[in-house]
Amino acid sequence: MSGYVEGILVLLAINVVFAYGAFLPIAAGQLNLGIAGFAAIGGYVSALLSNNAVVPAPVAIPVGGLAAAMVALAVAAPVLRTRGIYLALATFALGEIVRAAILNIEMVGGAAGYPVAAFIRFPTIAAFAAGVALVVWLLFATRFGIAITAVHDDERVADLMGLNVRAFQIAAFALGAGFAGIGGGLYAHHFSYVEAQYFGITLSISIVLYVLFGGTRSVLGPLLGATIFTLLPELLRGSAQWRYVLFAGIVIVVMVLRPQGLVTGMQMPRLFRDDGARLRTGQAQ
Amino acid sequence: MKSTMPILTLEKVSKRFGGLHVVDDLSFCVPRAACTALIGPNGAGKTTVFNLVTGVYAIDAGRVLLDGKDMSTMASRQRIYHGIARNFQNIRLMPHRSALENVLVGQHCRNSGLRGVLQPVNLIPRNRWREEARAALADSGLAQYERAAVGGLPYGLQKRVELVRALLAKPRLLLLDEPAAGLNPRETDELQERLSVLRRERGISMLIVEHDMNFVGALCAHVIVLNFGRRIAEGTPDQIRDDPLVREAYLGVDAKPRPLERHAS
Repeated sequence: MSGYVEGILVLLAINVVFAYGAFLPIAAGQLNLGIAGFAAIGGYVSALLSNNAVVPAPVAIPVGGLAAAMVALAVAAPVLRTRGIYLALATFALGEIVRAAILNIEMVGGAAGYPVAAFIRFPTIAAFAAGVALVVWLLFATRFGIAITAVHDDERVADLMGLNVRAFQIAAFALGAGFAGIGGGLYAHHFSYVEAQYFGITLSISIVLYVLFGGTRSVLGPLLGATIFTLLPELLRGSAQWRYVLFAGIVIVVMVLRPQGLVTGMQMPRLFRDDGARLRTGQAQ
Repeated sequence: MKSTMPILTLEKVSKRFGGLHVVDDLSFCVPRAACTALIGPNGAGKTTVFNLVTGVYAIDAGRVLLDGKDMSTMASRQRIYHGIARNFQNIRLMPHRSALENVLVGQHCRNSGLRGVLQPVNLIPRNRWREEARAALADSGLAQYERAAVGGLPYGLQKRVELVRALLAKPRLLLLDEPAAGLNPRETDELQERLSVLRRERGISMLIVEHDMNFVGALCAHVIVLNFGRRIAEGTPDQIRDDPLVREAYLGVDAKPRPLERHAS
């Protein structure tokens, strides 16, 4: 495998992990624009562990994810009290606070960044990405996935059906933060260096875009979105200056044509559905 | 529990929105294992009564008792665990999910906690809960639609899916808000038959808000009439039809005597 191809595949795998981190809260109806902050926590905590405590990277990385999830749990109650645009702003602010805090911690190099001694290659990163995707897929084959959708679609009905709406929202938020933390750990240990500037709002927005582009209603959405967002700019390399213009144009066209994202949950059943199901409803809700 | 005790009792229940008394000092009992109708003109407070019984709104005064147990301050989420399930006047399902996934939500109160939440209902085809939900859909004639997204189903079928979802909570008391509204005459007959079977075979008590007086007359032994948040009459469907106060509430003071069902359908 050439260095170039490996580099692209590594980015792809890390982006898939990040995308699942954003997908979980979005599936529960919550936009998290602080994903990069949780990725930073995971990256720095795992780097500190593997640098100082002689913990192997594949162990340090999940611990970094756990740290990010714990922080998410701690802040979930006040942050998730807000809704809509205010929730987006609150999570954005949270991400910025994490970044600003790291810039001021001398132990991890502050603005100069923090070198990471341990190094992981593509197979390890791919295994983590596959593991995260598998966990999300399994989770969405349980009642959890249905409950998350119920909370997303109608909180009132979900509540009357006996679902603890707040608990499901917090669980989705914290799990997503955990995955983002794992993604941050993978990044730190592959590029041997973390700096706070990388974990800014641009990263958060890109990750959310993967999910919206791929589709928020299917566990395949984040996988597809992250893949297209990672590979398409590479395929457009033919025209160096214009490739991001082209790329952005493609994204806009796709979002106009399919605002629900590329894949939705019902596509598989639709292949087998019978005539009765094709009847249109007279009473659109 | 004593079989003569009412399943649901409202004692002097009041609810105000600002200065508006939506429900005013309202008391009534819903008998066990029977169908009871709650009728009244638009704005009488029928849906508000449902929202007070299910805890969507907190009551301002009075008490709500289920099987003699005071539920007045119980969180809305808890009430289904005590056996109160409902449908909604405007269908409220997950439109992009299959009929099966929608009705699986109804089982949540019987399969909650961490084990319930991680129940692989969409992974293992022979999963007990999944099988139960499929059987319930088949029971309602929805077997062929179990994989279809409910948003694309005809209105009548969506209403049936919503009923199955409520039934899978295995309720003692089922609150149905205009279950026959928007159904064609054949669907209305089927619903009436289905509800009377549920009452007979499962002993489910039902409180039904409905404008179709033929439907009410065929199904309900007992009718409670509301107007301006107050109970203005109570009795058998025949008694209600002849009640002057009820006529006045629906038709106005000067109206000539006319069969109520003409107006109500």
